[in-house]
Amino acid sequence: MNWDTLYILRQEILLTVLILIQLIGDLSEDEKRSRIIHVTLSSFLLFTLVGFLPGEPASLFGGMYVSDDLRTLLKNILSISTLIILLQSSSWLQQPSNQTKIGAFYLSLFSTLMGMYFMIAAGNFLMLYLGLELATLPLTLLAAFDKQLRRSAEAGVKLLMSSAVSSAILLFGLSLIYGVYGTFYFTELSVLNDSSYLSILALIFFISGLAFKLSLVPFHLWTADVYEGAPLSVTSYFSVVSKGAALFTLMLVLFRVFALQHATWTLALYILAISTMTVGNLFALRQKNMKRFLAFSSITQAGFMMLGFMNVGSLGMTTLVYFMLIYALSNLAIFGVLSMVSNATGKESMDDFNGFYKTNPGLSLIMLVSLFSLAGIPPVAGFFGKFFLFTAAASSGMYILVLIAVLNATISLYYYLLVVKAMFINTNDTPIPTLHTTSYEKAAFVLCLMGIAGIGFMSSLYDYIQGLM
Amino acid sequence: MDYSFTLLIVLLPLAGFVLLGLFHDRLKPMVAGTLGTLNLLVITLFSYYTAFHYFTQGNSESGYTAIKAFNLLWLSFTESLQIQLGILLDPLSVMMLVVITTVSLMVHIYSLGYMKGEKGFQRYYAFLSLFTFSMLGLVVATNIFQMYIFWELVGVSSYLLIGFYYERPSAVAASKKAFIVTRFADLGFLLGILLLSFYTNTFDFTTLTSMDGVAISSPPAALFLGMSVTTWAMLLIFMGGAGKSAMFPLHIWLPDAMEGPTPVSALIHAATMVVAGVYLVARLFPVYALSSPDSLEVIAYVGSFTSLFAAIIACTQLDIKRVLAFSTLSQIGYMMVALGVSGYGGEEGLGYMAALFHLFTHAFFKALLFLGAGSVIHAVHSNLMTDMGGLRKFMPITHITFLIACLTIAGIPPLSGFFSKDEILVAAYEHNKIIFVVQWLVAGITAFYMFRLYFNIFWNRTPHFHHTPHESPALMTFPLIFLAIASVLAGFVPFHALVTSDGKAFHTELHWMIAIPSVLIAVVGIGVAAWFYLKQNILPEKVTHGVKGMYTLVYHKFYIDELYLFLTHKVIFNFISRPVAWFDRHIVDGTMNLIGDTTVYGSNLIKKMQSGHMQWYIWFFTSGVLLLAFLLLYLN
Repeated sequence: MNWDTLYILRQEILLTVLILIQLIGDLSEDEKRSRIIHVTLSSFLLFTLVGFLPGEPASLFGGMYVSDDLRTLLKNILSISTLIILLQSSSWLQQPSNQTKIGAFYLSLFSTLMGMYFMIAAGNFLMLYLGLELATLPLTLLAAFDKQLRRSAEAGVKLLMSSAVSSAILLFGLSLIYGVYGTFYFTELSVLNDSSYLSILALIFFISGLAFKLSLVPFHLWTADVYEGAPLSVTSYFSVVSKGAALFTLMLVLFRVFALQHATWTLALYILAISTMTVGNLFALRQKNMKRFLAFSSITQAGFMMLGFMNVGSLGMTTLVYFMLIYALSNLAIFGVLSMVSNATGKESMDDFNGFYKTNPGLSLIMLVSLFSLAGIPPVAGFFGKFFLFTAAASSGMYILVLIAVLNATISLYYYLLVVKAMFINTNDTPIPTLHTTSYEKAAFVLCLMGIAGIGFMSSLYDYIQGLM
Repeated sequence: MDYSFTLLIVLLPLAGFVLLGLFHDRLKPMVAGTLGTLNLLVITLFSYYTAFHYFTQGNSESGYTAIKAFNLLWLSFTESLQIQLGILLDPLSVMMLVVITTVSLMVHIYSLGYMKGEKGFQRYYAFLSLFTFSMLGLVVATNIFQMYIFWELVGVSSYLLIGFYYERPSAVAASKKAFIVTRFADLGFLLGILLLSFYTNTFDFTTLTSMDGVAISSPPAALFLGMSVTTWAMLLIFMGGAGKSAMFPLHIWLPDAMEGPTPVSALIHAATMVVAGVYLVARLFPVYALSSPDSLEVIAYVGSFTSLFAAIIACTQLDIKRVLAFSTLSQIGYMMVALGVSGYGGEEGLGYMAALFHLFTHAFFKALLFLGAGSVIHAVHSNLMTDMGGLRKFMPITHITFLIACLTIAGIPPLSGFFSKDEILVAAYEHNKIIFVVQWLVAGITAFYMFRLYFNIFWNRTPHFHHTPHESPALMTFPLIFLAIASVLAGFVPFHALVTSDGKAFHTELHWMIAIPSVLIAVVGIGVAAWFYLKQNILPEKVTHGVKGMYTLVYHKFYIDELYLFLTHKVIFNFISRPVAWFDRHIVDGTMNLIGDTTVYGSNLIKKMQSGHMQWYIWFFTSGVLLLAFLLLYLN
């Protein structure tokens, strides 16, 4: 242990400090509780910036913990997303009913983030599993955050139970891996190849466990219920940060550790991609509640992401990271608007958004741009993200998959435009009143919009990501 | 010498357009007009300066070289497919710069008086600037794609100016007609561009017209329907030119375009835009002459037919602007004939030189005629010659300048029209005797209808005027005088030493054997017109009555417009549009609806999956894992 080690672990250490601040903050008087929000936000901003400091590739604790530029970038994407969520949730936390729980909220949130950091930084499957559990359990607390509400409590219980099952399956997969290869270290695993049935089974179980977190069909059934029951800020965290961490982990393990077995996992993900895109779309079509709608929309998007795995070279990984970043920003902008509406009026149905443009033109335009980005309409970033995903799949000759994906993208356009139609064309006798945007929320929107508008045109960013592979 | 300042010639009018367009409601009308005019004065001076330097510094013995004064790579798709924006200076484009800026400046000044007090005065000046910008950009284009962009911009500004009085239904209809007809022709132009550039791998004019370029040294000879693709490409490109230059049968928009303000007609529909087709053919002339002589032949016949056809119609029209419009058609026909009968290089290129010489002189005298007509209309508030007569006493300056213009177009020496028309007739005589005879006849008809117009306006009986007509203000008479002087002197410009097909000077002289008969027939035409119209008499009615059926046919412009209406409304709408619409509504939409219905049906089928029951979720989860595992084990 020396100063270099501390520097390599700087993000994890700072996050621990942030958690400790919460414990101290909870000791203060009730009426002064909300001050902790500003302290937390500013220290989290500092934490996010620290992630951008340059670093050397390193391996700690006998190879358990690995750090390199790619992993740092992935962590940074998660921390930026979390920062946006924190900015957006500040006014919700200031509501009287939540004031006593501010510390608990931050504590759980940072704990899961810590877990995700370890998932990404893992150099060993045990470390990965520890991180996964640390990321999952506090999430159930967050899902049940409005514990007085029946549906929130239900969401927490459902998440806990289905996580337990998925963990069991993942753990089973890990034990099979150890059985086949005799090691948990990534560096050792990456040069081993085994094509026995047992190794295939091990890989499938491992993928299924992470597919649960990514909500790929048929492991997705918890998603809609939990998204609907949890408070909006938490839903937003689920659909962006939690999903991102799962995607990055799956990507690192498959591309870096099981590269030699790629024939197996591309086939598995090929099947999951088709089922996820199609089923997600079919459910999204019929949703009237915005949170359930976004749940299925995010399932469909996860299906699209699987296309990136079809190219086993650097193109596939680059595309996945690039798409995830765009998806995160677009989704966060939409959730930001939704949570403002929900906090002010408690409305969450799609019909409530009729005539939204008349009263809130600015917010409607933000929604419009973000929905276009999710639907993949040029020139916003989402178009480029999808375009590269399709390119990745096509470069491996999987034209049928690309065709199915294009068809699904068209169907998804329909329901994204339904929301646009509600806001801009439909009329409403009792529209949502004009909402006040706090400066924290404004900052969050600016971050999202800059990304949505700009990322597609910043080929240097794409090149930068590619350079890390 | 560094010509990069010529960029200003193009950019200043654009700046003027943006400025006047953005601040049109904050500027006083006169301020806007004066700003626009001063801006154009600067541009004109720049153009003159360019022309002076270009022609004095170049060497006319070895030929003028083309200079790329400015070049910007705009779009780069692949190594070979690149689009550039630039400024090309060669004798042709420099000559056009002078013509456009001069006429445009005169129109700007004239409009200060003519359009005074009109609603939308500032908008008018903004559009004039836009047009000037587009037209200048067109003539300095370094490549055919840039030309196409400005070509369309010119079309748009013409549309805007024809429809300037947008509250008048006839103006709206005319602007739409002009836009649709020229746009239809541009479809051919675009196809031609794509075809030509596909086979030659370049858009660039310098490469296209160079002697070692693919287009000339080894023109693509692939056949399509019996013609080489080069001929197809060049004919399609000419189709675009024929649309803008209103050649038969795409001429129908030009007479209607007279709905625009009269100075606009002078600028766009007489002097500049309508000669864009001539300019286009001239720009690609080496390709036409050396790779595709067949298409030049077509151009010659189309031009010749149009000039005769329009001249005959002009004899019967009563609206003075329409007479001038048909006269424009006829004169552009002359230019096309000259290009069509021309060869390439040296003396062979006489027709090429004659066409551009006529373009040059025509710009001045036709602009003068239109502005003079505008002055008359301004005084009597009517377009019809039946409402005019005896105006020479009231409007002396308009009268004299108009007379000069009429003599010029009739080809009376030593006015400029005589020289340029003489060169065309010589070129035609050397190439094709039938075309020569037609053009010689048209010269006589031209003299007749122009003096019919002149006598009916300024002589003949004096009708009862509601208020006494008076001479127009100095802002309007100054351009008339200026253009009259230009019309007189333009004939003495040594064109054969400046603008020639290969850039080298050649020797030319007056051909008395052709000049004398052409002057004679013009004098005869004037004489007949004087006999009919100098004093009020019943001769015209008698003649009209004698050939009544014929007269009606001509008066209605040979029913070409009606033919188009029949073709579009009855034939195309019923036999093409309707079946296509049916197919779209039932087959295409039906397929889409089927996809949508299937999706909704599928969505209904699987909704049970999302039951909310945890035990089922876990059941699906585990069976999903097992299914996937079995599937993969089986497939391996």
